[in-house]
Amino acid sequence: MGKILFTGGSVIDPVGGRIRRADVLIENGLVKAVGARIKAPDAKKVDCRNRFLAPGFIDLHCHLREPGEEISETIASGAWAAFASGFTQICPMPNTNPAIDSEAMVRFELEAARGVNGARLIPVGCCTKGRQGKELAELGGMSMAGARAVSDDGNWVSDANLMRRVLEYAKTFNLLVMSHCEVPELSLGLADEGFVATRLGLPASPGIAEAIAAMRDIMLAEWTGAPLHICHVSSRETVEVLRWAKARGVAVTAETCPHYFTLTSEALGREYDSNLRVNPPLRSELDRKAIVRALKDGTIDAISTDHAPHTSEEKEREFEAAAPGIIGFETAFSLCYEVLVLKKVLTLPELVARLSTAPAQILGLEPPAIEPGKEANLVLLDTEVRWEFSRERVLSRSFNTPFLGRMMRGKVVAVFLGENYYFDSEFLGEQSEVGKFPKVGFKKTGA
Amino acid sequence: MALQHLLGIAELTREEILTILEQAKRFREVLDRPIPIVPALRGKTIVNLFFEPSTRTITSFTLAASRLSAQCLNFAVSASSAKKGESLLDTVENILAMRVDGVVVRHSLAGVPHFLARRVNCFVVNAGDGCHEHPTQALLDNFTLLERFGSLEGKRVLIVGDIAHSRVARSNIICLNKLGAKVAVCAPPTLLPVGVEHLGCEVFFRLDKILYEVDVVHMLRLQVERMGAGLIPSLREYRQFYGLTRERLSKLKPEVVIIHPGPVNWGVEMDYDVKEMPQTLILNQVKNGVAVRMAVLFLLAAGRGLLTEEAGSG
Ligand SMILES: [Zn+2]
Ligand SMILES: [Zn+2]
Repeated sequence: MGKILFTGGSVIDPVGGRIRRADVLIENGLVKAVGARIKAPDAKKVDCRNRFLAPGFIDLHCHLREPGEEISETIASGAWAAFASGFTQICPMPNTNPAIDSEAMVRFELEAARGVNGARLIPVGCCTKGRQGKELAELGGMSMAGARAVSDDGNWVSDANLMRRVLEYAKTFNLLVMSHCEVPELSLGLADEGFVATRLGLPASPGIAEAIAAMRDIMLAEWTGAPLHICHVSSRETVEVLRWAKARGVAVTAETCPHYFTLTSEALGREYDSNLRVNPPLRSELDRKAIVRALKDGTIDAISTDHAPHTSEEKEREFEAAAPGIIGFETAFSLCYEVLVLKKVLTLPELVARLSTAPAQILGLEPPAIEPGKEANLVLLDTEVRWEFSRERVLSRSFNTPFLGRMMRGKVVAVFLGENYYFDSEFLGEQSEVGKFPKVGFKKTGA
Repeated sequence: MALQHLLGIAELTREEILTILEQAKRFREVLDRPIPIVPALRGKTIVNLFFEPSTRTITSFTLAASRLSAQCLNFAVSASSAKKGESLLDTVENILAMRVDGVVVRHSLAGVPHFLARRVNCFVVNAGDGCHEHPTQALLDNFTLLERFGSLEGKRVLIVGDIAHSRVARSNIICLNKLGAKVAVCAPPTLLPVGVEHLGCEVFFRLDKILYEVDVVHMLRLQVERMGAGLIPSLREYRQFYGLTRERLSKLKPEVVIIHPGPVNWGVEMDYDVKEMPQTLILNQVKNGVAVRMAVLFLLAAGRGLLTEEAGSG
């Protein structure tokens, strides 16, 4: 698409924690220049006054449902929804059907993502064959095919000896082990154990079900010397365990998701809205506050979405029979901005670091940065806009989210990765010369 | 605004509870007539949709409907397909197609009546949902106690047993509070849900600490199948520490009232001797159950909600 000049905006450097006024020129998918008053008469111009340019986000944890449940999401639709939400790189979890547990499956995934105008996939394989928790999966082969991490996600590897082998073996191939921590015997998994669950009569799991599992995995990580990443932290006890482990110098990192610092189990009210059923469950205000503090002090390194699309058939059910999970791409930045930046927990560069720099470091990738000579990998953020998250704005194939109808602050209005781009003409308006980009790249069903 | 459904006691105000119980009192008199039938709901159709077997409750609702001259259909849906959530929406659509006036639903999962109420255009009565609520049971229990005491203001009510898995306990704690009673619960810690005191009750772990001071003892049925989950060591030990045994009976206040939602595991939560005591109101509960359910069906099916002018002024 030739040359594009972003004029009059502020450029965020999350690594240095700085914001500076600068124009950015990109040409043929590369950053050509960053600086004041760049002259490029032949470039198309994007007006960035009162807007911020930041490196593209990386989602450490999402679900694209292909193969197996293409009715909820496909690699193409999910990669597109992620991209348009600011995530230029994403880690789809391997709990598909069949599971991503072999070299061939990793290749299938990458092949399906080829030519898709969307986020780039960072494959995550299974720890064990079929996520059964019985035998090691072929970690070496998956790593050869391009996997950067392994996880059995929803199935915690409960056999401690097998988990030890997973960590030892993964280390050999520089694969990061990501653990969805949950002691199964303590988790009935529907709601946080507490008064809300008692009042609603829902089977519950306590926050310590997560913390105890995290503690075991951390001890195994320390013992084996393998790096460990804790997925979607939801409980205050897990935060304490992480704080202890990091003070000890264990190579452990962690992520949380916007719903864990935006909502609590009180949101369940008396409605049994299955869109509030997530795994791990929404917890108490004490937990929510602990998560926010942990994001501030870095005990939790990164923010992921746990984007978990489900069809309405899977969600329009009795609360206990409904599938757990909510879609997360489209709302991620706005929820983070509202709860973390507007409430002065994080600065905007700090937020971008949690969404971009930290995930890259966790995966052992070079953190994206807006610098001359590098591939264009950036988002344009408008922090002033107010918008309603309506059904029409859902880019995923599924609509399972409790945030429909919510007024949002701040939006990703443009995304560029190499030659690919997304351009929200509704919010950028006519001030740009980039031209019309199809807002919805994939046909949605059930809309 | 009158309620369109009866989903739980939590949704009811004190006034709405009293309206139902007032109406139940009139129907209680009807039940003692030689021909215990009124034409109040002639031409109305009510469906009992039971995803969980319960002979007592379904019989009580069926009888209540027929005493009101309503037509009553019983649907028993197999628990296994319900558990998977396969048939619920389909079942609902079928019911809608049959143009019924009301659905009485019992389900092993909490929140199913709320789920239905959002999707049907007829009234919904919760006849027990998982571990959540069983409002008509609480209403009939409170009716039975009011019949005895006149008022529950300041009365001390003790609920004993598996509070954690009991919808009867939850509905009763809320209802008793709304009617001014003081509630205590007693159970081993493994059968007490977290934060239950916030529902409005004192919590005791040892029965002998509190039993002798209360005006009402409400013994819950122990779900013997919970034994497998390791929540209590044995039935014998349960009786020893939480049973209303012959020895404990002699120490109760003489004017105490003993109730139980039935059916009783004799020799576990209660010794058989309790059955013979004049303080035991278990059979009154059964009879009052029909009257209370008539009141609920009448107030909802007459299309006027739970607070009607006629019933409210009575
Ligand atoms: Zn997970
Ligand atoms: Zn997940």
